[in-house]
Parts: sequence; structure tokens; C-alpha cells
Amino acid sequence: MASGFPQFFDIRAFGRALDQGFNQIVARYGETLEAIFLPVLKALLAMEKVLLWLPWWAVLLALSGLAYAASRRWTITCAVAAMVFAIGLIGVWEQAMATIALMVVSTVLAVLVGLPVGIAMSRGTRMQSIALPLLDIMQTMPIFVYLIPFVMLFGPGKIPALLATIVFAIPPVIRLTNLGIRQVDAETVEAVRAFGASPLQILFSVQIPLAMPAILAGINQTTMMALSMVVIASMIGAGGLGYQVLQGIQRLEISSGLMAGLGIVLLAIIFDRIAQSYGQRMQKSLKLEQ
Amino acid sequence: MTQSYKIRVEGVSKIFGRDPKAAMAQVRAGMGKDDLLRQTDHVLGLHDINLNIHAGETFVIMGLSGSGKSTLIRHFNRLIEPTAGRIVVDGVDVLTLDDRALRAFRRKKISMVFQKFALLPHKTVMENVIYGLLVDGMAPAPARAKGAEQIGLVGLSGFENHYPGQLSGGMQQRVGLARALATDAEILLMDEAFSALDPLIRHDMQMQLREIQARLHKTIVFITHDLDEALLLGDHIAILKDGVLRQVGTGPEILMAPADDYVARFVRDVNRARSVTCGALAVAGVAQGEAVLDAAAPLESAFAALAAADVPIAVQDGNGQFAGVLTRQAVFQALSRQ
Repeated sequence: MASGFPQFFDIRAFGRALDQGFNQIVARYGETLEAIFLPVLKALLAMEKVLLWLPWWAVLLALSGLAYAASRRWTITCAVAAMVFAIGLIGVWEQAMATIALMVVSTVLAVLVGLPVGIAMSRGTRMQSIALPLLDIMQTMPIFVYLIPFVMLFGPGKIPALLATIVFAIPPVIRLTNLGIRQVDAETVEAVRAFGASPLQILFSVQIPLAMPAILAGINQTTMMALSMVVIASMIGAGGLGYQVLQGIQRLEISSGLMAGLGIVLLAIIFDRIAQSYGQRMQKSLKLEQ
Repeated sequence: MTQSYKIRVEGVSKIFGRDPKAAMAQVRAGMGKDDLLRQTDHVLGLHDINLNIHAGETFVIMGLSGSGKSTLIRHFNRLIEPTAGRIVVDGVDVLTLDDRALRAFRRKKISMVFQKFALLPHKTVMENVIYGLLVDGMAPAPARAKGAEQIGLVGLSGFENHYPGQLSGGMQQRVGLARALATDAEILLMDEAFSALDPLIRHDMQMQLREIQARLHKTIVFITHDLDEALLLGDHIAILKDGVLRQVGTGPEILMAPADDYVARFVRDVNRARSVTCGALAVAGVAQGEAVLDAAAPLESAFAALAAADVPIAVQDGNGQFAGVLTRQAVFQALSRQ
């Protein structure tokens, strides 16, 4: 201790206790947790299998169809089709499908958990004042730190990768759901209250519909963060495009790293365009109606 | 005796701040609004309000901004809880209602029209109008039939599938009115319902409200800062300033006998020839001449007859009954009290 900082307690003993405690949790609950998350793992694997089983043009058509449904514009639809085609062209199709599967499953789970949490947060100042600093910590904590407990609990593989991705990607959907509901015009809420609407009726008929543009923006950000997590998650066995980047580092092959990197960029643009154009269309129709 | 009133407000006070109960005790001990704010950082919003409102009348609460009128109207359906006092509707103290009973009360008995319309922007005119019915659990088909009827009543047929944002302010407030009428509530709260509209539209809406009221006989509590509107619509008018009632009475009573300086200044610029009725000045006496005046008509309608001959002129009420006589002297006295 060159700094001579006074020691108030034995940090090494504390660390050891923490590690031992967690080891015990792993020993006691590891199998149970694994059993709980087995259906999730199965869903992820099934999705990956279906994406790989489908011929490439079917995936291309499906994503382009999604783009058209979201944007109702041919320019965006054609651009998305071209980018999906490019993913195949640069030879990373299989890896991209694995990445899409991981991203979609983790985003869906993040939204399923994040929406109720965001709604709960919007209902009281206390809930918000507890949740906001927690979200700040979740977003600033280096992502690698999350990997450690998940790997200890589940061993390297897709489940810890998925869970670490969810923890990393969930804050935006929580934040923006909370914000969106809080920004709904107080007079509109008062009006439906005056007509005898119950809290649940207010939530589902007014607050969530009017907060939808914000919630969608949150889901979009969550998707992007999930995608940005794939490289790191590949270190613990997520596979997909991230794994190829990792291989590029290990083998010092710039080509495989670059192609996989390009694949991630293309996926990001594709999903961002789809989500953004849907959000814009929705906002426009709400504005027209105001 | 008290049964004849639809709504009774008894000693209602509202204090905004951290500890309203403690502040209330200080107010009861005699502390004024300014001292309360300075010493305890509590705002006295309403102080000891007492009102009796008859079934089927239009009761106007008027005051300038900050007088507490919007706070007061939100006590009737408990959007705001009073710090002290009781609000009795049809013999039931609404403060005793639990959440479920309060929702039922809001769904069936009392409805509200808002200054800034407060329509749901993501729902069509029809969906807005039947919102209260659906919340109450009515099936969509009968609700839509009823909604169509209300939309027709306010003259918006053909706009059922438009969104509020596609309508003008006047049309939006008609939707607000239709929404409030759709639940068949006996009590209608109108919070500066016409203040956001331009003058011509406002006048149309006032006339439409009078028409609807003549047919439906709702109990209407109407908030306004506009004295002309209060005189036009109100069977009784309560004047509120700084959270305290200054005077309650009929329009002519307030015009002819202001309770204090504030009310007097308030009513000074009113055109009495137009807002005082012949009936209000009619006194017992023997009429001369052929002319007959309508008790509900404004004073100015009597000018021609009074100019023609300086004799007491007969005044008739709506049923053709003799209600008294109007003299030139009484008219001049009324007009000169500026």
C-alpha cells in the first residue's frame, strides 16, 4: 500500500466472503435456475434453427415485408432488402441468423420485463427514486462485470449470454416507458378519472396508447443495445457474428473480423430503420389526431 | 327542508401544503390567508364554502383566476379532496364513498366538461363520446347507438369517425358536451367550458346549452370568469374571491344589491338594460294602457313602451299571469346605480 490509505476493514476477507457466498448460491441454486431458464434456451435454439432452415430468400422476404408493414414506404423496404442481401454476399449469413435469434429473444424478454417495471415506476415518486439510480448503475457498470456471475451460475453458453444481454439492454425501455407515461397530458387523465375510469382502465385506454411513441423509442434503443452486446456476449459462448470477431482477434485475421463487423452494422441499420419508421408513422398519426 | 337541495356544500375548506390538517387548525383559530402562506408555507385555496344547489337549476360559480373556482368544482366529484367540510349529493356525503362507490358515482351521477376539452386524441369522436359508457361496462353496440344520439344532439352527425385534432375548438367542445351528456348523469360540471372558444362560437354554445337544459333539466354547476356568461346562464350565481364566497344570489339580486365593494366593482360595467329582466323590477300596482311586457325579457325591451307613455306597464310571466307593473322611475333607478 504505497498510498498509505487507512484500512478500516479487511477488504480481502470481505472479497473472500463475497466469493464464497456466491459460490454457495451457485452450488445450491445453480441447477434450479438452469431448469427455470431451459424453456428460454429451447426457444432461442428453435428460433436459430428455423432461421437457418429457411431459405435465404424467405428470410429476405420476411424482413422486407416487416419493413414495408412498419414504414409503408418502398424506399425503406428496398434498402432493407438490399442490406439483407449484402449480409449473405459477405459470407456471414449463418452467423447473422444466430445473432438475430439472440437479439430478438433478448429484446422480447427485456420488453416483457421492462414494460411492467417502467409502468410501476411511473406510478409513484418513491418507486422512481429507487429505480433511477439502479438503472444508472446498470448502464455505467462495465458490461464484462455482468458476465462473471452469469457464467458462474450457468457455465459458458447461450443462457448467460442472453441474461447478460438483457441486463445490459433493459434500461432504455424501462426509462422511456416511465417517461412516456409521465408525459401524458394530466388534464386528459383527469378527464377520464372524472368519468369513473379505474386505474387499470386509465392505464390501458389512455396512458399506454399516448405513451406509445416514447415506449417504441425505448424498444428501439433496447434492440440496438442488445445488438451491441453480441460481440462481448460471444466471449461466453453466444456464438454468431460476435464469435467470428473474437476469432479474428485470436487468429489475427483482419478479414474475418471486418466481415463480421460489417454484418453487425448491417443488422443494426436494418432493425433501426424498421423500428424508427414505425415510430415516426405512429407519432405522425397521433399528431394529426391532436 | 334540506331534502329539496340536490347538492349541499357545507363548510368546505381546502388547504394546499405539507400538513393541511395542522394549517386548518390555525385557520380555524383565525389566521388569514396571507399570514398562513408567510408563516407556514400553506396555501388557503378555499375557506368555509357553503352552497345550496337546487335540482334542475344552473348554478354559476364565478371569480377571476386564482379565486379557487376550478378547485371548488373539482370537489363536487372529488377530483380534489377537501381539507374540511362535507359535500352532500342527494342526501349522501360523497366524502364517505369508498373507491368503488366513488367510481360508480362518477360513472352514473355526475359528469364533467373541461376548459381545454381534454378529449382523447387517439380516439374518434364516437369513441370519445361513448368512453364513459364503456367504462361503466355497457356493450359497444348499445353504447354506439346512444353515442350517435348524443352526437346528433350537439349537431356533429357525420363527424363520428373524425379525430379530435381534425375538428375546430367549438366542435371539440361539442364532443366534450356530448361525452358528458351520454352517461345520463343528473349533474353536469362545467369548468370554464366555453372560455377557450372565440366569442361568436361561445355565444352559440351558450344558446345550445340553454336549449339542452330546457329539455333535460340537469343540475348544472358552471364555472366562469365572465360575468355576462354568468348572468346569461345562471339561475343562481356565487361570486368567489381568494377562496371565499362574497355573495350568492340570482343575477338581478347581485346586480341590484351587491353585497360588498368587490362585487359592486365587479358588476359596475354590466349592461343592466340587457341583463336585468322586466320581471326583476316589477312591483305590485295597477297597470295602465294597453302595453304588456314579458317578465323574462330584458329591460331594454320596455324602453319603447315607457318612452311612449309615463304610466305603470303590466308585466306578465311565462304563463300569461300578471306579475306586477314596471314604472319609468324603477327603470331609471336600476340603470343609474353605476
